[in-house]
Amino acid sequence: MTAPGVEDAVRGREPVTERRLHPVTPLRRAWAPVAVVIGWAVHDPDQAQRQLTRLTTTTLLIALAVLVPVAALYGFMTWWFTHFAVTESELRIRTGLLFRRTAHIRLERIQAIDVTQPLLARVAGVAKLKLDVIGTDKKDELAFLGEREARALRAELLARAAGFAPETAHEVGEAPVRELLRTPPRDLAISVVLTGSTWGTLAAALVVPPLLWLATHSVWTVLATGLPLLGAAGASSVGRFVTEYDWKVGESPDGLRIDHGLLDRAHETVPPGRVQTVRIVEPLLWRRRGWVRVELDVAGSSNSVLVPVAPRAVAEAVVARVLPGVTVPTRKSLSRPPHRAGRCIPLWWRAYGLTVTDTYFATRHGLLRRSLALVPHAKVQSVRLSQGPWQRLWHLADVHVDTGANKSVTARLRDAQEAATLLRAQAERSRTGRRDAGPDRWMTSRGESGRAPGGGGVRGG
Amino acid sequence: METGSPLNTGPTGNEAAEPTWIGLPPGLLRMRRLLLVVWLGLLALGLGLLLGLLCGPGWAAFALLPLALLAWGWVLIGRNWRSWRYAERADDLLISRGVLWREETVVPYGRMQLVEVTSGPVERHFGLASVQLHTAAAATDATIPGLDPAEAERLRDRLTELGEARSAGL
Repeated sequence: MTAPGVEDAVRGREPVTERRLHPVTPLRRAWAPVAVVIGWAVHDPDQAQRQLTRLTTTTLLIALAVLVPVAALYGFMTWWFTHFAVTESELRIRTGLLFRRTAHIRLERIQAIDVTQPLLARVAGVAKLKLDVIGTDKKDELAFLGEREARALRAELLARAAGFAPETAHEVGEAPVRELLRTPPRDLAISVVLTGSTWGTLAAALVVPPLLWLATHSVWTVLATGLPLLGAAGASSVGRFVTEYDWKVGESPDGLRIDHGLLDRAHETVPPGRVQTVRIVEPLLWRRRGWVRVELDVAGSSNSVLVPVAPRAVAEAVVARVLPGVTVPTRKSLSRPPHRAGRCIPLWWRAYGLTVTDTYFATRHGLLRRSLALVPHAKVQSVRLSQGPWQRLWHLADVHVDTGANKSVTARLRDAQEAATLLRAQAERSRTGRRDAGPDRWMTSRGESGRAPGGGGVRGG
Repeated sequence: METGSPLNTGPTGNEAAEPTWIGLPPGLLRMRRLLLVVWLGLLALGLGLLLGLLCGPGWAAFALLPLALLAWGWVLIGRNWRSWRYAERADDLLISRGVLWREETVVPYGRMQLVEVTSGPVERHFGLASVQLHTAAAATDATIPGLDPAEAERLRDRLTELGEARSAGL
């Protein structure tokens, strides 16, 4: 917790209007005590049953009379004690009844903003605002806000993060969106059907439980293994279809807009210059149709799909918009490792490839499921060369390029001499590559952007 | 196999010329070898006494096993220590290490988020400190162990200064 004197001093300097979340919010937390009771019942079923048989209508009514107000009070209190405010450079969230937590999130460090609407929230007309900040494990979220308020707040946060003057920030409004791509449901359905893992989990879910039944004749074992398997099969087929339904990628001055979902709608915004890595994945069964999937890494973010399925040309056009000045390299332009790489990794070495242009570093791997990863030089945090004893025997080495999204892109089994030159050259390129990159506040010019301190969010608790 | 194989031959420009590599001071080698001798020596002694008393003097020869391990470890530690080296170039820091599993890391100063100097109780006793660099990528494993505390502090201050001058964020 911040010392009261400091907080007063800060308040005195700039009056901050604090706001509360949408009044629906208490209902979301109201069921927490019920969850505790259910958890106890599941944990200790015998005792729960004994207690249940002793219950009479009156005790039940009394319990309800106590429980409901307590739940309501708890929900109300958490709602009452949660405040947020947008200042010139920060989003401040104050929360907590007993354990106070204050998060100050620097706006120019925001990596992505998501507005999500779970099914029930859609019915109630409210939305959740999630912020991706580097260095935090869990997303800071404001749940719930009114639907219109959430959009207005997102627009305001983005405008301020972009560097518009504070007075004009909430008049700027939503930036216009130009649609780049929309996935037809038919393509999505076919792509799910053509995914190997869908069939793998489904086959496992159908084969394993009967075998277990034959082996053990115990219902519990069968249920305990069958249900998770069925769940996994459902998540990888129906679940994927439902989340990736009506996938739209749009472009706006505030960055990339991704909208998707059949039941739960999600609207993600990735400001310009936040994309650390782009991967183009081509599963084996999609190859005949010429489809690819595009994934992207943003620091501090968990959502990684950019395009669930699209023809290669369309996907490459989207990648070119995401990473300005990048054209996706063709298969031919990637250089393979030398032939002796086959002594280290037989067969699969053929799939490895590497190309370096003046804007990005790209590697490919995967014989059946091809995957091409692109890293802009400006996003490279460090470069590493590693060489094991067997690789040294064949004068081969790996070069790893680390990005801020905690992912490394590896050029495998290069000639040792080539790898050493690549290491030095890549370090040089990643250092100079930053000069041409845009500022953190993307609407300001490079000069006035200034330098921001290292961390993503400043917290006190 | 040689540890200092001349991998780094960048013939382009002045900057890419052979950087001035700095090895580690002998303190770390002394500490690791001493710890090795103490632990394996105790083990050999204990094993020898126990076997000699319980099973007969012939069995006590098994106590030679930790001694062989000690000799092997002595050499390994020496080779590993010799393989560690770092170089401060104009714009980036190079760290090279490993005998069998060689690894070389380049961190541009502008990408440094935090420089840490750590020193455990044993290290402090031997007058050693290690410097660790953090970038936004967790995979960046840039640690220089076993430095002289004064050198560690100098390096920290210099890296922080250079990092500030060239800071680039994410």
